[in-house]
Formats: sequence, structure tokens, C-alpha cells
Amino acid sequence: MKLGLPSKGRLQADAIDWFAQWGLTITRSDGGREYAGTVAGLDGVELVLLSAGEVPRELAAGRIHLGVTGTDLIHEKLPDRAATVAEIAPMGFGHADLIVAVPKLWADVETMDDLDEVASLLRARHGHRLRVATKYHNLVRGFFREHGIADYLLVDSQGATEGTVKNETAEAVADITSSGATLEANHLKILGDGLILKSQATLFASRRAEWTAEDRAALQTLCARIGTPAPL
Amino acid sequence: MAADRAYLPGARLGTGLASVETEVARLLTRFAQAGAERVEPPALLPADTLLDLYGEDIRARAYVTDDPVEGERMLRPDFTVPVVEMHASHGATPARYTYAGPVWRQQVPGAGRPTEYLQVGFELFDTAAAADADAEVFALLADAVGDEATVETGDIGLLLAAIDALSLDERRRAMLRHHVWRPARFRRLIERFRAPGRLADRLAALPDTAVAEHVRSLSPEIGVRSVDEITDRLHALREEAEAAPLPDADVALLDALLTLDGPMGEVLGRLRPLAESRPPLAAAVERLGKRVEALGRRGIDAAALPFATNFGRTAMEYYDGFVFAFTAPGRPDLPPLAQGGRYDALTAELGPAIPAVGGIVRPEALLAARS
Repeated sequence: MKLGLPSKGRLQADAIDWFAQWGLTITRSDGGREYAGTVAGLDGVELVLLSAGEVPRELAAGRIHLGVTGTDLIHEKLPDRAATVAEIAPMGFGHADLIVAVPKLWADVETMDDLDEVASLLRARHGHRLRVATKYHNLVRGFFREHGIADYLLVDSQGATEGTVKNETAEAVADITSSGATLEANHLKILGDGLILKSQATLFASRRAEWTAEDRAALQTLCARIGTPAPL
Repeated sequence: MAADRAYLPGARLGTGLASVETEVARLLTRFAQAGAERVEPPALLPADTLLDLYGEDIRARAYVTDDPVEGERMLRPDFTVPVVEMHASHGATPARYTYAGPVWRQQVPGAGRPTEYLQVGFELFDTAAAADADAEVFALLADAVGDEATVETGDIGLLLAAIDALSLDERRRAMLRHHVWRPARFRRLIERFRAPGRLADRLAALPDTAVAEHVRSLSPEIGVRSVDEITDRLHALREEAEAAPLPDADVALLDALLTLDGPMGEVLGRLRPLAESRPPLAAAVERLGKRVEALGRRGIDAAALPFATNFGRTAMEYYDGFVFAFTAPGRPDLPPLAQGGRYDALTAELGPAIPAVGGIVRPEALLAARS
């Protein structure tokens, strides 16, 4: 059974601690420089280290059996997620909200409905549609559709998204925030009904991977320790 | 499987393919007999046009591709837009066009709908009597799908006319018009216009004067939207908060209008009293009456046709008048076999305003329904 884990950082450290409480000891080789490691405490588990952003793809392809990643990435990257992955357990860290934010200057905008009206006005006044900078294209598009907003333009932003408004490459942003400090520093505010998704690090199982009898037994044992029914 | 096509397993070769080709040819011939000129719009369309029309949402429905020189392109999700553009640049009104070919649409995962399917269509651009044009296209499509199909009809023009008849200022009317095709959002606007006081609560923190100074005090001025624009909208919101609420009678009118559902003749009878002393709505009801007569002249018992005022408000967003669809009874797995309607406003968005009505048949669904 292949377990996909973020290859570095806080998310990896928290995940290792989380597995430790269920009796799985994960040790990085070569003091953490080599992207490899071992799992002790549960037979037949092989560690695969990869970028958190790649975990959804690897789960969907069935190249890993289990994977740790944020629910935001699963929702964004796997539109057909019910058929590809099963949630085993939220892990209680990596909390972040995907939200819609606009300039604090916009005293007239508090809700998504306001944003919709401003989108029409902006297009009439400036000749272009309201630009929303984000890397979460699918989630944002779905959320805007639910709110009846069509007259906008998604602008891809893979980083420093909060700076796009000041740089005049976007009018609004949709991004992950945990404390709100970055938004505040960039003179942005969250819309009252602008919460798209509450995300946290979560352990997922792939429905597409090949599960041998041994893999299933390992999953059963792990789930029994966590105290949750095995989803597969 | 590679040989499968929409609703027809294996119909990309052999006898399956032959029957599709025969069906497409039959429809094209039928539409040509009705006076249509054959056109062949491109399959790759400039993305800008479609994005301007439908907004960002179209990206989730159409397939987007990119050319390093030509820029973003979309695989045609629909024939209407390129046919309108063709007519606007080359055609003389009145004109009738027919076309056949695949369209491509992204679908919700797991919905089981095809991402590529055929359409054979007929479009009529005519400034003469709208009722006759509506009747011509409806009768033609009805004939093309045959007697077995179940028909549904509606008229988006009634709701648009009712909005014109409401006791509201132009700003709020325009907001309602903008959301005719999004029923939930439309309803939220109605509730907001009924209780403008709620808006006043929200604006209470604003100073009576020096609104611009207040805005400037909130944060540095960043972004393309200026303090003036923000102040203007705050003034507009304050005016709305102080405006008279949308009268109960107007809300009742919309409620009564949007729940009408029955044979066209009967609905017409119920609409007439609703339209009394509301001239814009009365004119739309008059148009419906004329359509019933025009359909009658083509041998269709229009008074008996199923009609619902809410029909066509979600799935058919560019239609702004008469709308119709034909479905296969007992086949919920199939999409409408044919559908169409009037789209005067769409032509105005793309070029010169030309009254237009059209419809498409899905030949693969039609063959699947017959089998």
C-alpha cells in the first residue's frame, strides 16, 4: 500500500505527527534530504513523497493508495472526486479557507450580489469584465455560478495573488487564507458570503488504485486504529 | 468505444453511420425545401465573442484551446452565434439558413451526457411579422421530429414585458432583466426591492455628506475602480434604500405570471386580466395571441399546446421570446430531440439588431428515440 505524503514543510511534519498517534512511525532517510523514507508500525506500507499539489492527481491515477492533501486541492483538481477518491479522515491541521476578497476601499461591496452588480458597472465603465485572480479555477467558477454571476473573467494566479489588485491585473481575488493577515496587508477584505470552501489536511484513499488483499488488510488495520470505517 | 457516438453505440461506421447520414440529409433537405440556404460555420470560434456573450461560465461548458498566433479559441458549443455573425456580415434580411455538424460541450462528470453531438438547424432572420416567423420555425421543427414527440412551449418575452410594467426605476428594472435567466437570483432581487429598508440599515454607518472622504479613509486607493465609482454606487444604493418598495401588487403579478402552466389558449385567457392597465405586458400578451393565430394558419392547434411561463428560463439563456422544445416520451435519458426560440437581443449584441428565430434538431437523439 503506497502512502503519498507532502515532500516537505509544515504539512509533512504535521502529517508525520498525526500518523505517529496511530502507531505509524515515518522516518525520512538521509536526515530529510533524500525524498524517501520508511514507515514502521504497519506492515506493507510504502512511503511516496511528492508535492501536496500532485497528491490529487496521483490518487486519481491510482498510483498511490492513500494520500495526504488539502480538501481544497481535491475539490479543485478532481471534479469527479466521488468516483476517484474516498475521504478517510480529516487530520485537524492545515486549516485554510478559500474565500473571495475585494479591496477594502469598496465600501459598497459586502456580498457576492454586490460583486455581481459591480461587475456589470465595471464592464460598462472600463470596457473589460471584472477580473478575479485565482489558481482555483474550477471551485471559483462553480461558486460564482451558484451565485448567478457570469460577467467576470478568471485570471490565473499561481502565487502572490493578493498583490494582483494593487498591480491592476485583477479587481478581486479568490485565494486560501488562514489568518487573514496577508489580505489585510494588501488592503483586501473578505465578502460576507464569500467563503467558497473550508479546507484542512485530509487522508484520502484512491478508488482507482489496485487494492490487493494485503493492501485492504493494511487499510482495515489503519482505519480500525483511527476509529473510522474503511471506505473501500 | 471509438465507434460510439451520442446516444448511438457503434454508429460511427457501417449501417449505424449510414442511418445517421441519411437522417442528417433528410433534415437538411427538409430545411432547404423551406427556403434555407446551406451554411457551414467554422468549428473553431474566437473565444472572445463567446466570453463576451456568456461570461466566464462558458469556459466550464465549452472546450477552450489556444493558438499561439490566433489566441484563445473555442470548439463551437452552438451554431447560433457563428450563423448570426455570418448573416450580419454577408446576409440580406429576410434570410433562412440551415447547417449540420457537431457541437462540443463539457458535461458534469458522471452525468453521462455526450460531449460531442450533432445538430441540424434552421435559423430565420426576418423583420416582418414576428408571429409568422415564430410559427414558421415551430411548424418546421415539429414536422422534422414527427408526431410522437412531446412538446413544451413558453415565452420569455412575457416576463421581460412584466418587468417593464413594474413600478420601478430603470436601474432596478435593468437588474431584474439581467437575471431573468437565473431564477434564484431573480427572486433575491425581488425580495430586496420589496424591503428597501434593509439596505438602509446597511448604509447607516455612512456619513450623510463627505462619502468620498469616508471611502478614502478605508484604505489606500488601489485597483482600477475609482473612489468616484464607489461613491456613485453608494449614492445609488442610498436612493434605492429610500425608494418606495416594490408594491405587493407587482410581486403578486410576477408570482401569478410565473406560475401559469397549461394549454396555450387557456394561459392566454388567464394572462389577459393580469395585463389589464399594464401596457407593456398587454403588448406581449397580444403577441402571444397573434402567435396562436399564426400557428393556427399552419394547421397547428396552438390553443392546446402545453405552455408554461417559466419554461426556458434556465437552460436556454439567449432566448428572449417564444421558446419551445420537443422531447421523446418515456425517454428521460435523451435530451430534447429539438428545441428553439426567438433571440432578438442576441443579434443586437453581436451586430445589427435583426429579429431572429431558430431551432435545432439532434439527429442522434431522434434516431435513438425511434429505435
